[in-house]
Amino acid sequence: MLRFIVRRLLQLVPILLGLSVLLFAWLRALPGGPAQAALGERATPERVAAYNEAFGLNENIVVQYLKFLGRAVQLDFGTSARTGQSVTSEFLLRFPGTIELTLFAMAFAIGLGVPLGYLAAKRHGGFVDNASVIGSLLGVTIPVFFLAYLLRLLFAVELGWLPGSGRQDVRIDATHITNFYVLDGLLTREWDAAWDAVTHLVLPGIALGTIPLAIIVRITRAAVLDVVNEDYVRTANAKGLSVTTVRNRHVVRNALLPVSTTIGLQTGLLLSGAVLTETVFAFGGVGSALRQAISDRDYALLQGFILILAVVYVLVNLLVDVSYGLLDPRVRAR
Amino acid sequence: MNPLTTPVLEVEDLRVRFQRRGEPATLAVDGVSFSVAPGETVGLVGESGCGKSVTSLATMGLLPSRGVQVDGSVRLDGRELLGAGDRTLRKLRGKDMAMVFQDPLSSLNPTVTVGLQVTEVLAQHRGLKGEAAKAEAVDLLDRVGIPDPRRRLGEYPHQLSGGMRQRALIAMALACSPRLLIADEPTTALDVTIQAQILELLRDLVQGSGTALVMITHDLGVVAGLCDRVHVMYAGRIIETAERRDLFARPRHPYTGGLLNSVPRLDSGRGTPLTPIRGSARDTIPWAQGCAFAPRCDSAEDDCLVEVSGSEVDLVTEPGGRELRCRHPLTPAVPTTSPLTPGATS
Repeated sequence: MLRFIVRRLLQLVPILLGLSVLLFAWLRALPGGPAQAALGERATPERVAAYNEAFGLNENIVVQYLKFLGRAVQLDFGTSARTGQSVTSEFLLRFPGTIELTLFAMAFAIGLGVPLGYLAAKRHGGFVDNASVIGSLLGVTIPVFFLAYLLRLLFAVELGWLPGSGRQDVRIDATHITNFYVLDGLLTREWDAAWDAVTHLVLPGIALGTIPLAIIVRITRAAVLDVVNEDYVRTANAKGLSVTTVRNRHVVRNALLPVSTTIGLQTGLLLSGAVLTETVFAFGGVGSALRQAISDRDYALLQGFILILAVVYVLVNLLVDVSYGLLDPRVRAR
Repeated sequence: MNPLTTPVLEVEDLRVRFQRRGEPATLAVDGVSFSVAPGETVGLVGESGCGKSVTSLATMGLLPSRGVQVDGSVRLDGRELLGAGDRTLRKLRGKDMAMVFQDPLSSLNPTVTVGLQVTEVLAQHRGLKGEAAKAEAVDLLDRVGIPDPRRRLGEYPHQLSGGMRQRALIAMALACSPRLLIADEPTTALDVTIQAQILELLRDLVQGSGTALVMITHDLGVVAGLCDRVHVMYAGRIIETAERRDLFARPRHPYTGGLLNSVPRLDSGRGTPLTPIRGSARDTIPWAQGCAFAPRCDSAEDDCLVEVSGSEVDLVTEPGGRELRCRHPLTPAVPTTSPLTPGATS
């Protein structure tokens, strides 16, 4: 197991090197540049040159890359051109928001998806089943930004039930220790602040969780349909176990094996930035920062964020593989 | 069978009909009747698809409720099981009647320890929890011949050998000393040497405990070693019933004879060709049109068909307790000097 983990971590090195080269070249191939973005379209060539000089953008691109790489291994990704903050502190400020949003979205997707998928399988061919199949098809095909706008328009703008932007009401003077706003509210016992942060998660969380929800419903349904016909479920019934025991210990436990993989992979995807959803809801997470950085040509922030997110993605996947071994004793043995 | 003892299991005129949407219904079991006395071992023998497994699943109430229609009567110690509610059946299953299945690996839950799979029966029916359940489980595994049982409790099914898995399943089935044990081809998935061990184990466990054993198999070797009485099934019906010795010495239904002839025997000379039954189990005709075995039968004559004789071929009880569904049996009812001439029509 340890060798497996070490090998996977070593694989990160070539992945990150390749990714950094691609990123570096690709960002600089974009039309325009940080100077134009910062100084405006009508900036004089002199001011642009001065700006580039000041930020080291005149040097040879290979030299620039090597300098960047040298600092990056020390976790220094430079300063954001827009905010003047270090990229690392910018990330630490925004990533907790994305984690909270991801957790909410996944809780929504799992909490609804697993029971729905189970029910659909139990009533195979019935109304719930057909509705879930059609519903999940709709869920995967509807564009996220469209659903996000729809939810915001209906529940935030028209009905006014839930907040439609931000991570917390600015009028609440909340203390932030960890930048996990919900957690901060609980730690400082500012209950209203915590609750307010939760309400800010609802709409973006639902928008973001819809695709995972649809996928989880489908996978759960298929897995349960497979498992209920297994011989060991028949054995469990032949032993006269109660319906609840058969369901929880013998059907659901085995059906959740493929579902857990899906959950892990979806979590990894959401963590690496929900650009569209966060933008629609002006949610101060990693996703909206990325979008802003692209229009600002904020090279440092983009490079830093994307590299860190790549590491996060690989780590989450590693975690999924390791946890699968814990869930399935047959995998553990190998 | 002692006529004074009341049977543990009485199956009477059992009919199982499978109905799938858009397809004609199939009658998998078509009027099967038999009974099993305490301590008796009864064999249900036939090719795959003859309805023997469906009979056992119907007895246990394990057939799916949708698309399946079960009629007739199944009584356990005089108590009617067909039509009994799910809760009632769950109380009986695992406690008064238990079942051992064909493939031990797929019949065990891969993600639950062997220990829990044994103790969950004890918890369900005997209220045993914690250490008491564990101790009893160790005792059970020990009784079915699993070495180092305490260690095995913490292991998963894939860590056990095939024979061990089947022993574990038998331990689960015997956990509450059931009145009836149904073994559905318990040795098919095992090595020959292990097969013999498992059969011996089953015989030892059943003998003396008064448990009635129904042995479902296509393997006549299993029947020869274990069963007191044998019912041969074909196309959903019982076609011949006899005491074990009687059946082997003097098979009367051509199908039974065919089964015996398709197994190599030590006392036949080397090079003697086996005589398998013609065709496959699919070459049948509905019982309503005549003997279902007629298309494959060497003894068949025109009157095996309903359109010639005007009546279905019935199961007839003969003196000596043998039952036979055939108009042209291999040997006459009373043994004569020429045992292989076709008998007279009934």
